[in-house]
Order: sequence, then C-alpha cells, then structure tokens
Amino acid sequence: MKTDFNLEPKPISVPPPAPAQTLADLPPGSQGIVVSVDQAGSISRRLQDLGLLPNTPVKVLRRAPLGDPVVYELRGYRLCLRRGDAARVRVRPDEGDSTNSEQ
Amino acid sequence: MSEAVTHSSAVPLRLGLIGSPNAGKTTIFNALTGLRARVGNFPGVTVEKREGSVHLDGRSMVAIDLPGTYSLDPISPDEAVVTQVLQGEMADVPAPDALVVVADACSLERSLLLIGQVLRRSEPTCLVLTMVDELKARGGRIDLARLADALGIPVVGVVGHRGLGLDRLRALLGRPEGWERPPVQPPVEAVERAAWAESIVEHVIHERPEHHRISEQIDRVVLHPVLGMLLFATVMITFFQLIFAWATPAMDLIDEGIAWAAAYTRGVLPVGLLADFVADGLIAGVGAVLIFLPQIVLLFSLLYLLEDVGYMARAAFVVDRAMGRVGLEGRSFVALLSSYACAVPGIMATRTIPSPRDRLVTILVAPLMTCSARLPVYALLIGAFVPATKVLGPIGLQGLVLLALYLLAPLIAMLVAGVLKRSILQSDGLPFTLELPSYRLPTLQLWLSQVWKSASAFLRRAGTIILVASIVLWALLTFPRATPPPDMSPTQAASYALEHSVAGQAGKAIEPLIAPLGFDWKIGVGLVASLAAREIIVSTLAQMYASADEDTSLRSAIRADTDPETGRRVFTPATVAALLIFYVFALQCTSTLAAMARETNSWRWPIFAFSYMLILAYGMGFLTYRFVSALGGGA
Ligand SMILES: Nc1nc2c(ncn2[C@@H]2O[C@H](COP(=O)(O)OP(=O)(O)O)[C@@H](O)[C@H]2O)c(=O)[nH]1
Repeated sequence: MKTDFNLEPKPISVPPPAPAQTLADLPPGSQGIVVSVDQAGSISRRLQDLGLLPNTPVKVLRRAPLGDPVVYELRGYRLCLRRGDAARVRVRPDEGDSTNSEQ
Repeated sequence: MSEAVTHSSAVPLRLGLIGSPNAGKTTIFNALTGLRARVGNFPGVTVEKREGSVHLDGRSMVAIDLPGTYSLDPISPDEAVVTQVLQGEMADVPAPDALVVVADACSLERSLLLIGQVLRRSEPTCLVLTMVDELKARGGRIDLARLADALGIPVVGVVGHRGLGLDRLRALLGRPEGWERPPVQPPVEAVERAAWAESIVEHVIHERPEHHRISEQIDRVVLHPVLGMLLFATVMITFFQLIFAWATPAMDLIDEGIAWAAAYTRGVLPVGLLADFVADGLIAGVGAVLIFLPQIVLLFSLLYLLEDVGYMARAAFVVDRAMGRVGLEGRSFVALLSSYACAVPGIMATRTIPSPRDRLVTILVAPLMTCSARLPVYALLIGAFVPATKVLGPIGLQGLVLLALYLLAPLIAMLVAGVLKRSILQSDGLPFTLELPSYRLPTLQLWLSQVWKSASAFLRRAGTIILVASIVLWALLTFPRATPPPDMSPTQAASYALEHSVAGQAGKAIEPLIAPLGFDWKIGVGLVASLAAREIIVSTLAQMYASADEDTSLRSAIRADTDPETGRRVFTPATVAALLIFYVFALQCTSTLAAMARETNSWRWPIFAFSYMLILAYGMGFLTYRFVSALGGGA
C-alpha cells in the first residue's frame, strides 16, 4: 500500500522481483526477515519498539488453537501478534535457515 | 541535571526504575523496598504509581517504579507518564536523580533499543539484567564486564525473585555519583539504534539463549489446537470453582463472626441509638468490607500462581480470538470470569490489560457478570414464585430459570463491550501484543507478597469507601427515628421504623417512577437499601414484611402480599420477572463503584457505569413487565 516517494527513476537491476509478503502470510515453522513496517502511526510505532525493524529475522512458531493470534520469535523473545497487525510487517523469506531447523 | 546527584543529603535521592513490561522490574522494586512501598496513582491516569524508601549503605533514598514501557517516545497516554516523570513535568512527582534500567537478560537484544534511548539522557544510569538464571538454563552466556564496557555504565546481573545478586545491586545503587557515564551516545534513529544494539550483542553475547526446551515441550500440549482448548477450559472451570467453593466457608465464618460481634455489643451496650449504630452501622460496615477478603485472597492467589508459572499469558493467547470479536482481548477474559464470583476482585484483576481502553471497557462491563451477591435475590424470587416442577428428568424449572439468568449476563456484557468499543471507547490504535515467557517455578515468598499487596490495597483504598458508604446507608435506614405505637411487636416496630426512615420515604417517593415496572413502594425501599449491596434487598424485605426469617416466612409473606386498596397481588408474575431482570442489570453495589473509582482514578467512570446499567435495568425491566403482563402474568 505504501508507495515510494523517491522520484528518481530506479535502476532496473537492483530490486529483485520479490513477491510482496507480510508476516501474516508466513506459515508456522518458516522464517522471514523484516523489510519494513507499513504505514506510520501508533501501531507501526509499537511494532518497531518491539523490535520489528528492518533486517530482523522473525520465526513463526505456532498459531493459537482458534487460528489467531500467532506466536513469533524475534530478538530472543516470543511475541504474539494478531493477523491484522502482523500484516503490516513486510518480510522477505529467509531460506538460509539451516542452523536452526524447527524442532 | 548531573548537579542533582550531589545535592544535600536532606532530600533523599530518587532512583527511577525503567524497563519494558515483564522485565522483572516489579520484582526488583519489591526486593529493594520490601513492604514499605506506597501505592497510588499518577495524577489523572490509571497507571499505578509505586514509591518506596530504600536504605542503601546507610543512606536513605526513594525508589520510584515507572510504568513498564517499550520506548521513551510515548505513543500512549500511559507511556507518556514515563517521559513526563523523567522530565519533572508530573505534578507532585519530582524527577528521578538517577536511572536504573531493568532488562531481561534473555531478550537483551530487544531491551537494548530502550537502553539506547535511556543512555541519551543526562542522569547517571545503571543496568540491571534480570533472569540470568533463565539465560543460563537456556544455554546463553553474556559477558557482563564487556557489556558494561560497551555501554559505558555499570551492569549487574540478578535473579530477582530469588534475591541473587541483590547485595551487589544495593552496593551499586548506594553511590550513583560514582557510576560511569557513557562516552558516546547511541543513535537516535530506530533503525540505526537497532544496528548499534546488534553490534553490542555481537560483542558481548558469547552464546545466544536457545529455546527453553521444557517450555517448548509444555507448549506443544498447552497450545495444541485440541488439548490446549481442553486444558484452558479445565483450568478456567477449576479456577472459578475453587473461588466459589473455597471462599464460601470463610465468608460464612465472617458472617457468623460479624453476627456474633453485633449480638455481643447489643449485650453490653444499653438499648438505644449507640447500640444500633455500633451493631448495625459500624460492625455491619466492617463486615461488608471483610466479606470480600476470602474471594480476593483466593482469586489473587490463583491468579498470581498461574501468572508466575507462565500460564496466564498462554490463556490470554488461547482465548484472544474469541474476545477480539467484541473488541476486547485475551487478558480481559480472566477478569470477566473472576467477576462471576465478584466484580470487585474482577475489576482489580484488569490491571494486567495493557491497553487503557480495553481495560476500561472490561471494568465497565465486569459488574454485568452474575456475581455471587445476586444469588440470594434470585434464590428468594425464584424460590417463592417459580414452581418447582420437573422439566426433564432431574432438571427442574427453577434451576433452568437460574441458569438462564446466569447465561444472560455474559451475552449482555459482550454486547455492551462491543457497543462501547464502537462508540465512546474506540481502540486506542495500539496493536495487541503479548509476550510468552518461559515456564518458571514460582517462589513462595514472591507469591505471598503479591497476594498480600492486593489484599491490603483493597482494604486501604476500596475498604474505607465501602465502610463509609455502609454507615451512611445505615443512617438513611434509621433516621428520622419514628416511635412505633406501643402495642406493636418488635418485628412490626422494626418494619414501622423502616417505613418512616429516609430510605423508607425515598422508596415511597420513587413509587411513581418504578410503577411502570410493577414495583410497589416496599420494593422501592428494597431497591434503595440494596444500593449498598444487592443481597440487602432480601434482609430489607424481611424487615418490611416483619417476617421472622429470611427464608420460608418471607417467601410466603411476599407471595401473600396484596395491595390494601385494590386487593390485587403485589408480586405478580410480571413484577417478579421484571425484578429479576432489574437485578441482572442494575449496578446495586457500592463496593463495585468504590473499586471502579480506585482503579480508574476518578468518579467519572463509576457514575457512567451506574447510569448505563440503571438505564438498562429500567428499560429491560419495563419491557419484561409489559411482555409478561401481555401473556397474562399481570395479575
Ligand atoms: N527466572 C526468573 N524469573 C524472574 C526473575 N525476576 C522476575 N521473574 C519473574 O518474572 C515475572 C515478571 O516479573 P515482574 O517483576 O512482575 O515484571 P515487570 O512486568 O517488569 O514488573 C514474574 O513472574 C517474576 O516472578 C528472575 O530474575 N529470574
């Protein structure tokens, strides 16, 4: 949703055509790396205060029995977020996750 | 600001404790101040303010526990409190002279984001790393000396709830003048600060903590889609059942003790106003306060046990989605469940809800839950007017009516919560966030002190209001003192005196207002008297009807009562139904109002709750009366 305000034409080669993905799209067991947090405002601010900053690896642990919220692991702790809030966090998938395979 | 540190020894130095929620800040604060802490509210907000004197190195200081925060850039009014206190902008709360940052060693990487902000301030600062036991158990290793070097401030590692490392902490806190100051300031901008935090972590963490193995295994069951729900239901039902089952004997004992004390004073004091005041005003008022203690102590014992073990966060996680439907969150559930026993501890239990709006909505709907004080009223009316016929096997009609009343409450509470969240208390724009701690073995001492603090806070803050209100109500039921005709029996005389008291007159005065619900003036007196507590309508009616006991004879008395002019029955089915519905909704409970005033730090919200519940009670009572009358239950 957020558009880039940079008016200069972008070099075509740099951005890899990664599909837009948010934390809410990642299935349990997978891991992503934060790219940005959408929109200004108190929700995004709080998410950033909690450590969801660019380049932070986040692991999806499990869903609540009713399907929402979801537990994530980041920066050495476990945080539960609801789907709507997690959808503000853009991530890129992190496949190089061989050191810490789930369970 | 640094000159503040060297100020004269007459004014005690102030240490401000800063940390994110769950960092173990309260544990440190309690360990430092013991039971000397004074609990109050920051002016104008619902955030609790804790201050206590600390004796360090023969020097007296004041520790002030700042609300848990993730950042010094406030985004909620409650967080703004921290900044205001630090800047000395909060009335009656002088700014701290030195800062103590409390951070969880296991999540140091995140905590550094806050630490970085604090280090930009000019006050001398030190860092307390808690949970070093857990760090070790999870295989993590942090070089504290290197961390102190990298940050440029003193660092102490502690195990807060077991008191390990506290001696070193005390020695350090005694001399803020000597604390090292950071040579360079961390970056302002969040992303840069994160990079700074990362570089420090790289430098000082030898071994990152792994998942807590045992927690991981326990969670596989506790958060399992099926087993997790079953466990949740089992824990909550047990929790609720224990509060009921275990509190009742103690409450009965308190009732008997109060009755005994009242009878004793009547025995030693001469018959008259003084004896009446002591027995019915003072002692009954003390009883009205004490009667809450068993439930409060039990509720908080169980609550803190579940909290300290680490289950409470899981319970909130499991039930969050259901509560989210009406705009509340998982942590509201336990408070509302507790309110089924009694709204007073339920309202006190809302303190774990971080969003001020969600907490307020929970407080406002808590009194709608079917608390145990409604039971005597339901029992009287159902026992007297609902036939004891069997409907299905052993299930009787009386039981079904009672069950319906119990189930009606949460439905209404959810509806009201939904309406409030969509109207005057819309979301404050904060995300739902909840941390899942590792499972822990709680310590007895911490547990006992937490329970003690809740009980004493209730006695001091709400207890005094309840006592005063009970005495005022006694006066309203007693004055002016009418002299009954000499030929009356004692019970008739009591009825006569009540009828002529202020409350009796008030009951008569409101008769035109309550007539649309089918209530006569005697019910009016009961309504006025039960402003103190719902169940008082039973004893008031007993007194009005001059009945010898509150059970059989009162039931037959109200069943037989007729209007002296029209000769029609007073308690028609329509009236009884309306009265039951009225008690489902009305906030007839001074203690709840007192607890609300205490928790929201103003009388605005108790007045609001009282009003909306009265409007609901009146409206629904009226509709019920009309409906049942239309079905032929009006006579
Ligand atoms: N294992 C461990 N648990 C702790 C330690 N300090 C506090 N706790 C527990 O952590 C939980 C949260 O602590 P609390 O002081 O209430 O955190 P606050 O939110 O920062 O005030 C409580 O259940 C404490 O018993 C510690 O050093 N080690």
